[in-house]
Amino acid sequence: MKLRTIISVIFLALSLSSIANAQLQLNGAGATFPAVIYSKWFDEYKNMTGVQFNYQAIGSGGGIKQVTEGTVDFGATDGPMTDKQLAEARSKQGTDVLHIPTVMGAVVVSYNLSGVSSKLNLDGETLANIFLGKVTKWNDGAIAKLNPKVSLPNQAIVVSHRSDGSGTTFIFTDYLAKVSKDWESKVGKGTSVNWPVGLGGKGNDGVAGLIKQTEGSIGYVELAYAVKNKIAYANMKNKAGNIVEATFGSVSAAAEGASKNMPSDLRVSITNADGKNSYPISGFTWLLVYQNIKDEAKANSLVKFLKWAMSKGQSFATDLYYAPLPKAVVKMCEKNIATITANGKKIK
Amino acid sequence: MSQSVSKKEKNNFLKRFFPSNNFGDFIFERLTWLFALSVFLLVILMGYEMYEGSKISIQKFGLDFLVNSEWDPVQEIYGALPIIYGTIVSSLLALIIALPFSIGVAVYLAEVAPPWLEKPLSFLVELLAGIPSVIYGLWGIFVLVPWIRTDVEPYLSDKLGFLPFFRGAPYGFGLLAAVLILTIMVLPIITSITRDVLKSVPRSQREAALALGATKWQSTIIVLKDAKSGILGATMLGFGRAIGETMAVTMVIGNRALISPSLFDPSYTMASVIANEFTEATSEMYLSALIQLALVLFVITIFVNALARLLVWSMDRKWKTV
Repeated sequence: MKLRTIISVIFLALSLSSIANAQLQLNGAGATFPAVIYSKWFDEYKNMTGVQFNYQAIGSGGGIKQVTEGTVDFGATDGPMTDKQLAEARSKQGTDVLHIPTVMGAVVVSYNLSGVSSKLNLDGETLANIFLGKVTKWNDGAIAKLNPKVSLPNQAIVVSHRSDGSGTTFIFTDYLAKVSKDWESKVGKGTSVNWPVGLGGKGNDGVAGLIKQTEGSIGYVELAYAVKNKIAYANMKNKAGNIVEATFGSVSAAAEGASKNMPSDLRVSITNADGKNSYPISGFTWLLVYQNIKDEAKANSLVKFLKWAMSKGQSFATDLYYAPLPKAVVKMCEKNIATITANGKKIK
Repeated sequence: MSQSVSKKEKNNFLKRFFPSNNFGDFIFERLTWLFALSVFLLVILMGYEMYEGSKISIQKFGLDFLVNSEWDPVQEIYGALPIIYGTIVSSLLALIIALPFSIGVAVYLAEVAPPWLEKPLSFLVELLAGIPSVIYGLWGIFVLVPWIRTDVEPYLSDKLGFLPFFRGAPYGFGLLAAVLILTIMVLPIITSITRDVLKSVPRSQREAALALGATKWQSTIIVLKDAKSGILGATMLGFGRAIGETMAVTMVIGNRALISPSLFDPSYTMASVIANEFTEATSEMYLSALIQLALVLFVITIFVNALARLLVWSMDRKWKTV
């Protein structure tokens, strides 16, 4: 009798768990930068709806590749896909790939100057020249002009940069390429570039370690990383000519400023954006979704999730050190999300 | 008549396949043969896959890949010379520094140390070999690099600055830090294998030497000569570890593809480039170039191992004729 009840309880548990297994699961892969907020979103969303997401932070390159090959339900990237990559994905998957910005990040310029206590101001041209190896001393006229009140030491600048391919490097070099012709022609933009000078560190922590240890060094890290670890960083002069501190507000302002002439596919860089409060080294991170999803159940729940991420989901951003999307961009995203179809049919 | 022939044939047939007339032995023999074959197949398969994966890059750059020194993912120009240079130089220098230390420690452990000291010391050496490389890397960043920057590099450039190897700004991060980290990492491997090799030299060799009036030192030299090929093998294993080391090296080497005579300058190694850039390599050519880098590393490793094998053979032959 007792045995029987035990067996029936086990059976019940097994059948329940098999129901749980039959639950919808969406697989995704891609960028590491937004992985923290994505896992928070997926967790919250699973608690609400029971839809399970499985996200692997394998890097933007991997995300694009998996989306192109069709091995995932969605991808994620820090740098938008190129036209060529989109065409390849279209020919392989028979449908377009949409870019949906989810949150924003920024890159800040950090430095180590023990004699200087106040925040430094920098502009794009000077920053590019430092990273090109043209400005080599901290008391160079170009830096001094931007910081009239600071007494700058006669010290060599040690440049440090990311050695691993990363979206952070993409945003940073994209900005430098926009503000400096020299940078554009000599180095260009990408997740990894051929750095003219400097030391490479692996990851944000690697670069932060280089900066912390090397007197007179300068480098770039993610805003989220700098805020979390209380690392000092420079204020930047933006396109409008104002000196701006990197905050979640000024990063969102950059997207707001760029939204006026944003292409409808939202594959756009928002570095050096218009707007008087815009922080110039900001960028989106995108989810990559198919415009037509064959599996209707998956299509429905993915669209529902995207809508949720655009509304309720945005409120999680600042707690996790991401900048939320401004309203104007959310509207454009929603418009694009509305074009997603389930096996050719419209989704309500 | 015909029946007996067919029986004989049957026996022959069985004999051919079960030479020992023992089915268990047969299975065992074939099974181990299969395992051995699988290693061989694995190597071939790896080489083939890497060749396939790097085809576009090989077609585009050909030999330029090995002699060009520009690695520019933006322009899609890939030349691996400084990276190959950094890999080989860092590993070789580490080996050169580690070898005398390792042999010294091994000789002490195998020949000199009293048993109560030998056991814990050997244990510690083996423990060193088991420490994950990322921990060496962290230690490198927080302890070794600051020390190199504040003490070693200023001292070297002060005393030996007339040599091109010790010039430049003392960053701490750079080739020198990588060489020292690798030295520490290969030391336990070479030491523990060399100790085992020395211990396996028959006791009679030492006794004979001592009986002929050799000093302890002279008998140790004889033991070392006997163990020559084993020590060479240990060295090659150490070299293998150094050349393939990724994490610890990338954390301290400064990560710039640069050929500079100075040990103070940053450098780069093949394993580090692959680990750093693979995840975000989006274009086909970029991926292909990285896989070609892996292929080059693979070929260098095979080449070095083959060279070591040849050395051992030639030495064995020389010893036999003596």
